[in-house]
This record gives sequence, structure tokens and C-alpha cells, in this order.
Amino acid sequence: MTASTSSFTIRQSRAAHDALLLAWRNYKHHARVPSLIVFSMMTPLIFLLLFRYILGGSIVIPGVSYVDFLVPGVLVQAIAFGATQTGVGIAIDAGRGVTDRFRSLPISRSAVVAGRALVDTGRNAMVAAVVLGVGLLIGFRPDANPARLIAALGIALAFGYAFSWVAAFIGLTVRHAEAVHDAGFVWVIPLTFVSSALVSVDSMPAGVRWFANVNPVTSVADAVRALTLGDPAGDALIRSGAWIAALLLVFVPLAVRAYQRR
Amino acid sequence: MTTPVTQPTSRGSAVPRPDTSDAARATQPAPTTMPNTPGSAEPAIVVKEITKRYGRRTALDNVSLEVPQGSVLALLGPNGAGKTTLVRVLTTLIRPDQGRALVAGHDVVAEPEMVRGAIGLVGQHAAIDEYLTGRENLSLVGRLLRLDKTETRERVAAALETFALGDVADVPAAAYSGGLRRRLDVAVTLLANPAVIFLDEPTTGLDPASRQGLWTLIEQLVADGTTILLTTQYLDEADRLADTVAVIDRGRTIATGTPEDLKTRLGDDTVHIRLADPGDLPEATRTLGETGTITAVEHDEATLELSAPHGAALLPVALRRLDSRGVAVTAAEVRRPSLDDVFLALTGQPAAAATHPRAPVPNRRAHHHGGRSHP
Repeated sequence: MTASTSSFTIRQSRAAHDALLLAWRNYKHHARVPSLIVFSMMTPLIFLLLFRYILGGSIVIPGVSYVDFLVPGVLVQAIAFGATQTGVGIAIDAGRGVTDRFRSLPISRSAVVAGRALVDTGRNAMVAAVVLGVGLLIGFRPDANPARLIAALGIALAFGYAFSWVAAFIGLTVRHAEAVHDAGFVWVIPLTFVSSALVSVDSMPAGVRWFANVNPVTSVADAVRALTLGDPAGDALIRSGAWIAALLLVFVPLAVRAYQRR
Repeated sequence: MTTPVTQPTSRGSAVPRPDTSDAARATQPAPTTMPNTPGSAEPAIVVKEITKRYGRRTALDNVSLEVPQGSVLALLGPNGAGKTTLVRVLTTLIRPDQGRALVAGHDVVAEPEMVRGAIGLVGQHAAIDEYLTGRENLSLVGRLLRLDKTETRERVAAALETFALGDVADVPAAAYSGGLRRRLDVAVTLLANPAVIFLDEPTTGLDPASRQGLWTLIEQLVADGTTILLTTQYLDEADRLADTVAVIDRGRTIATGTPEDLKTRLGDDTVHIRLADPGDLPEATRTLGETGTITAVEHDEATLELSAPHGAALLPVALRRLDSRGVAVTAAEVRRPSLDDVFLALTGQPAAAATHPRAPVPNRRAHHHGGRSHP
């Protein structure tokens, strides 16, 4: 089926072309409004200092210093928070005429969300770099070669990209930007706290522990932690990869459909 | 192709413009006969029994209409009448529940991509990105339309010049005034050289000069063969621009015709004359009653209300006559039929009261000006 294969390829390359153009648009927003970036750094840094110096003293994780446990976890949490901005941004856009413009143009249906998700992923990379940098200043001592560090960042960012599509779906379903902001935190707060991001899952009561163990944030936090601390990461990486693929498979079509239905 | 002698109006010309980017137009069945002959070209927009419901509310109720290529249709109606809903159906933004619509020969539900390749939309809210400059807004859409970089740069430069946006081209659009935003919005829409353009209340909120400029632009586009569907709350706008006016109320088209048809149905202008001395009323009524073109004279305290087909022509005559009889006048006003009057004439109740069927129909003199809401 050469014909259908080539039309599939054309469609994919068009989708990528359109998504990159719209990513450029969202990049310009960040470049013109630097406070978007500055404030996205604040929450993770507050968490980092709060848990390092206020709460961390009473948290004991066997076999590892708490700051080494904490920094990879805050990094994953920060990326999950950052991904919720995709939903907020798309909801704000949808309230303006510009979304109708894009929807009435002969462009790829996924491009608007993909473009926004790509830029949020780029911003997340900057946030991750700052979390790592400040982490080093407050005592984080990774045990990893550059390849493992890059893999850790890569899996965390890929997870953030998948989460962006979840957030986009929520943003397109809830509609009002203010409500989206709250709706964004309602699901991300339990996901990041009932996970291995900030504390050990073993200390949780049985039912909660079950949730924490299946939680994708746990998989990704475990993977990033194992990669940065020099532990075996294979199992956590497989679980993370499966979660990322599953989230994309479910939420890309849902978000595109919600976008078309608006 | 020669222009037939039978060409009906100057607006009927459907000469294709040099642009070839429009895939949808290229795939339209080639006309076998002279395309300018009435009836031979397929209409640019065909709406057949379209219904759209939101929950229990029926936004569009069995609406049908046709817009011939190269003509202007004005959808006239109050807020909430269904105008925007119809535009959203025709621009593929929402799907109708029932019925069928073709734009540039393509079904809006079955072939939305082809429709999108042929249309331009100027929505109620300026569809521009405030963080981007005017030039960037134009370039983004040019590139999304898959123009290459050189062609995008050329077309963007031409658009900036045409719309007199050169001075602000590199300023973020957040700093633009309402009129500038609208101009940029229209410039972005026209970048694709669309064959069919939808304008949803394009002049609402514009100052008179911007409004006039947009009207002139619309007339130029139509002269070039573009088909236009615009929505408006203003009769004068429909009157000035439209070949056909469809009056829409609560999701239904309640009248369709040329502006002249509608005005004939609407009846006359009204002229209000306020006398300096109420005691002159009997004399003034008698004097003006003798004027042949007046169809009715009513009076109320010191004000006379006259009805006449051409109020502007009547006014000087009336004032001269009153003056010659020594009747002093303190104010005079000519009022053209308004949207309220359209509704009065067509539905028997004013637009504002349409949702409250039991509300008493106000006296025609108790007129209101624009901006009523009709949820």
C-alpha cells in the first residue's frame, strides 16, 4: 500500500512542521514574558529548600542521604507541575479568537497541542537544570556518568511531555482557564505526593502504598533516582517507558478529539 | 473567457485571481459554460436545513440559504440569534446536528480540510496573538499555509503595506489599538487569498473611520470575485454591503431578500421635529399635513413625528414650511429604519422583547439604540 503509506508519511511530516511552527509561537511568548519562566522555577526551588532544611531532618531513608533521595524526586515533581501549564495555556488560548483561527486553517489537528507541549517540555528542561544546579549547591552528590545523567533527564522530560497531553485534555475539557489551573493541581498534587518522589513508599499504609506503587510518578522518580545515584535502573525504566507510551496512546487522541470538538 | 453581456451586476464578476495556493478551488468542477452567467456557477455557499442544538436550546433551526459566487450575504439579527453558530458550522468549527452545508463545493462535515483550504474567517474577537508582532502573526500563518520562506516574506511585506501596518510591524500586537488589531486580523485572514470569507460582526466596536475602511476593503474583495458572508446587527452595514440579506431570529431565517426588498417591507423613515412652543402644535400639524410625502403625523407634547419614505429629503422642506408660518423649531432628527424596526415589521415584536412573548409591545416611538442583548 504505497499510496496510503506515503500519505501517512506526508501527514506525519506536516504534523511535525505545524507543531514546530506553533512551538515557535509559544517559545516567543516565553521569550517576551520571562516571568513565565522565572515563576515556573519558584515552586520546585521552594520544595527543594523546604524538604532539605525544614521537613527533611525528620525523614530517614535507609541506605541513602536524604538530599540524594530528594533532588531526583523534586526534579520529577517539578516536571509534572510544569506539564500542567500545557492545560492552562491551551485553555487561555481557547478563550481567545486565535484558537478559532488555527482551527479554521488547513493545518494538522494535533499541532496546536503538540506545539504547546513541546515548549512546555523545553521549559521543563530549564527547570530541571536549575533544580539539579541548586541541588548540587545544597549537597546533592550524584554518582553517574554523563550518559546516565542524560538518560535520567530524557526519561523525566519524556514523562513531562506525556503529562502535557493529559493536562491538555483536562484543559480542553474544563475550559475556563482559572478552573483549569485548579483542576491541574487537583490531580497532580496526589500523584506527586503519593509517590516515591519525596518520601519512601515503604513507610505508607497498605492501600496508599498500593496506589503509590502503580503511580507513574513513582516509576519515573525511581528511574531518575537510580540513574543519577548509580543504582540498577532497568526495572524502573521499563515501567516508566510503558507508562509514557500508555499515556500518549490514550491522551493524544483524547486531547486531539477534545480540541476538534470545541 | 469573454465576459457575457448579460452579466447582472458589477459584483457578479468571478474572475479568478492569480493565486494558485488554493487547492480547494482548483478541485472544484470546472465550469463548462461561462461562469459569470447567472445560474451556471455553483453557489459558493449552500446551506440546507441545518439544525444545531445546545442541550435544550436550538441555536439553528432548519436554516437554508445559498450565496452565489462573488456576492455578499449579510446575516442580520440580534445577539444570540444564531449568526455566529451558523458561521462556526460553515467554517468547520462545529458540526451541525442535522442538515448539510457546502462551502466552495465541499461538505463541511465530510471534507473539512478542503473547506479550510478555501475559506478565511474573521471572528468576533480578533484572532491574533498578542505576544507576537504584526509581522510575526502574519508570518506564522503564512508558514502554516505551507508557503515557503521567500513567498511568506513577500506576502507578509505586501500585506503590511496594504493594511498600513508598516509602522507597527515589529511591535507586539498587545500594544495595538482596536482598529489596528482588526486590520491585522483581516490581513492575516487574507494572506491565504481565500475564495470565501466569513466575517462575524467585523465592525462591532470599531471607530467610524475603521468601520468605513473595512467596508471599502470588503467592496474591493467582492469586486475581485471573493464571496463574503458577514454577520451584523446593523441594518446600514447590511444595506451598504450586501447583495442579499437574511434576517435571522432565534435560530430561524425569518426573511431573505435584497436590502431594497427589506426596506420596502420596513416602511418609512421617521422625522422628529421639536417645537419651541407647544402652542404651535396645531399650526405645525396642519402645515406639515399638507406635505404630500408625509404618510403619518403624530404629536406628543412639543414633538412631531412624521413618517416618510425619504426622511432626509423631507426634512428641509418641512423646516422651510414651518419657518414660513413662523413656527420656531428647536431640534430635528431623521431616523432610518433600525434593526428594531426590522423585527417589528417581521415578527411583530421588538428584538429585545422577543424572549418574553407576553411583554407588551412598546410604542414604536419608544425606540432604543443598538446593543440590546437577546440571550
